Amino acid sequence: MADFDQELDASGLNCPLPILRAKKTLNAMAGGQLLHVIATDPGSVRDFDAFAKQTGNELIESREDGGKFHFMIRKS
Amino acid sequence: MAQKKLAIIATKGSLDWAYPPFILASTASALGYETQIFFTFYGLQLLKKKLALEVTPLGNPGMPMPMGMDKWFPVLGMTLPGMQGMMTAMMKKKMKDKGVASIETLRDLCQEAEVRLVACQMTVDLFDMNPSDFIDGVEYAGAASFFEFAGDSDICLYI
Repeated sequence: MADFDQELDASGLNCPLPILRAKKTLNAMAGGQLLHVIATDPGSVRDFDAFAKQTGNELIESREDGGKFHFMIRKS
Repeated sequence: MAQKKLAIIATKGSLDWAYPPFILASTASALGYETQIFFTFYGLQLLKKKLALEVTPLGNPGMPMPMGMDKWFPVLGMTLPGMQGMMTAMMKKKMKDKGVASIETLRDLCQEAEVRLVACQMTVDLFDMNPSDFIDGVEYAGAASFFEFAGDSDICLYI
């Protein structure tokens, strides 16, 4: 039912923890799989964009919903 | 494309200044950088198993003070016994409340990500520091070996 393979709730965590946790989670995933990250740190919007550009993982969705930020990342 | 490299020199041993080296090194590793931190002088405090890092408002007019303390405490008031401990406790509480990682956590994450932690042998000797007080996995080296890595680095920071 869920349209992703793994989910990471980084709510309440501040820079750089959401990125570090996401990287760790991605390490254990297979190429092409989808990771859904939830964060509350407003800085994470630009950080996940920059993370994707530099690591080659694809940020296919970045949206805000009720004070939370949602990111969908496809592992390269 | 060759792996990028980040070289950091960590020279400061206070709680606030402990953050930049570990935040940048752990993040760089997550971005695929090969990273090394060279700890020298007071930066060696960041390698101790038992961290006793503090913050001080002394000599730091930019430090935000809780409860308007800077208004009704003269600078000399900050030298009172216990003041530094109190400021440190307040800073740690604030960090915890805001979801900022502890230095221990960030340091663990750096080691997990294979960031190389190098202690300056000269300052270890100068201060008679005992390597058994440092965490496992620390390397000991001098200026020439720092340049061996930093000379090929893409980014080099002095903190």
